Amino acid sequence: ADLAAHPGALSGTGLKPTPLRDVTHYNNFYEFGLEKTDPAERSGAFHPRPWTVQVDGMVAKPRTYDIDALLTRPLEERIYRMRCVEAWSMVIPWIGFALRDLLAEVEPLGSAKYVAFESVVRPSEMPGQGGVLPVLDWPYVEGLRLDEAMHPLTILAVGLYGQTLPNQNGAPIRLVVPWKYGFKGIKSIVRIRLTDRQPRTSWNLRASDEYGFYANVNPAVDHPRWSQASERPIGAGGGFFGAARQPTLPFNGYGEQVAGLYAGMDLRRDF
Amino acid sequence: MAARHARPAGLIRLALYGFGLLPAAVSFVLGATDRLGADPVNTFERTLGLWALRFLILSLCVTPLRDMTGINVLRYRRALGLLAFWYALFHLSAYVALDQGFDLHTLLADVTERPFIILGMVAFTILAALAATSNGWSIRRLGRRWKVLHRLAYAAAICAAIHFILSFKVIRAETLLYGGVVAGLLAFRVWRALSRRAKPPPA
Repeated sequence: ADLAAHPGALSGTGLKPTPLRDVTHYNNFYEFGLEKTDPAERSGAFHPRPWTVQVDGMVAKPRTYDIDALLTRPLEERIYRMRCVEAWSMVIPWIGFALRDLLAEVEPLGSAKYVAFESVVRPSEMPGQGGVLPVLDWPYVEGLRLDEAMHPLTILAVGLYGQTLPNQNGAPIRLVVPWKYGFKGIKSIVRIRLTDRQPRTSWNLRASDEYGFYANVNPAVDHPRWSQASERPIGAGGGFFGAARQPTLPFNGYGEQVAGLYAGMDLRRDF
Repeated sequence: MAARHARPAGLIRLALYGFGLLPAAVSFVLGATDRLGADPVNTFERTLGLWALRFLILSLCVTPLRDMTGINVLRYRRALGLLAFWYALFHLSAYVALDQGFDLHTLLADVTERPFIILGMVAFTILAALAATSNGWSIRRLGRRWKVLHRLAYAAAICAAIHFILSFKVIRAETLLYGGVVAGLLAFRVWRALSRRAKPPPA
């Protein structure tokens, strides 16, 4: 469905969005299968309505939000770079709202230090959640430090390209943290919980030496199996000769806004 | 007599090279004309690597096939092995040229620091050595040592299979299947060697 949004002040300037076809047909969403084409092909039976998001934990006013009520908020378009940990990247015109606005409404307690996120579990609608060889423990879980979650760049996206979120992109609501690797952007969120302990995260549980809790885009810290110094832009067109690698930027190009969050930290250790 | 036998075998061998190189050719044309999906370089690389492993596996099937069914396709084994080598070379070239754009800094880090890449390079180096010594002159020249040298194909298959398994973020049924086939083919060799030792064949 169409989704109206006004251009957000925090949209990247000079970014050319990746074609819609590639944004919606080249996805990692293992709940629907391992191939990049699986989410588009195998998410037809998924029902993003009715849908609620429970927000609770260390908050003064826990609430359960209905997705359609969330869509009536003032929505912004945010054109962000998206860098996958697999060393490819896109530019996506998201529609959503700042996570901090939602968190302000539930009033986090002083003791809350982290935000934990949880995806939906529906093996009947998500073929990748079944199978003989479970690739991840379901539900998919993610987490942010509270100051990361409160950063104005961090949004909950409910649409892209002027439409509500397609199933394969994490319908009906997902997290977008543009300075972190794509897997931090947990999809089809059903629960957001404030906590005082660092949340467990799906990929870190799967391979802690390869995927850290922070997962900030960092060209200086390689994945054990490949370099993170550069990336293949998706959808550049031209086949082999159209898409030369481009250098990966620290914090995916958002360093000016977010580097301060990590002052004094060793980002090689806390990768 | 010899000529009459050689001719169909020669034709089959030619067809084997022709059909064998078809996936590379088709994939190259599709990629060069932007019909290989959103991430054409990665798709091309993976296609080439997978065919290298497939031909390597096929070349290792020749002996078990003969021993178990009596079907002898030994005369085509060299072609299968060479196809594996060519695909490994294409795979490596695509990685160096199309993917990394000859970025020597990254490539050097790859081959010195990353076991995933090192395994692939070991497999390629072995296949290159076997391809270089696959001619009649080398076979005559190396004598018994040739057979020993070409047993390195087993090591190449092990490295290639692990390299394939590691090329994805998670363990996949598909990669495990290839790994299982390689393990089975090697287990056959071990079993055969052990049973021969236990029961020497009549002279």
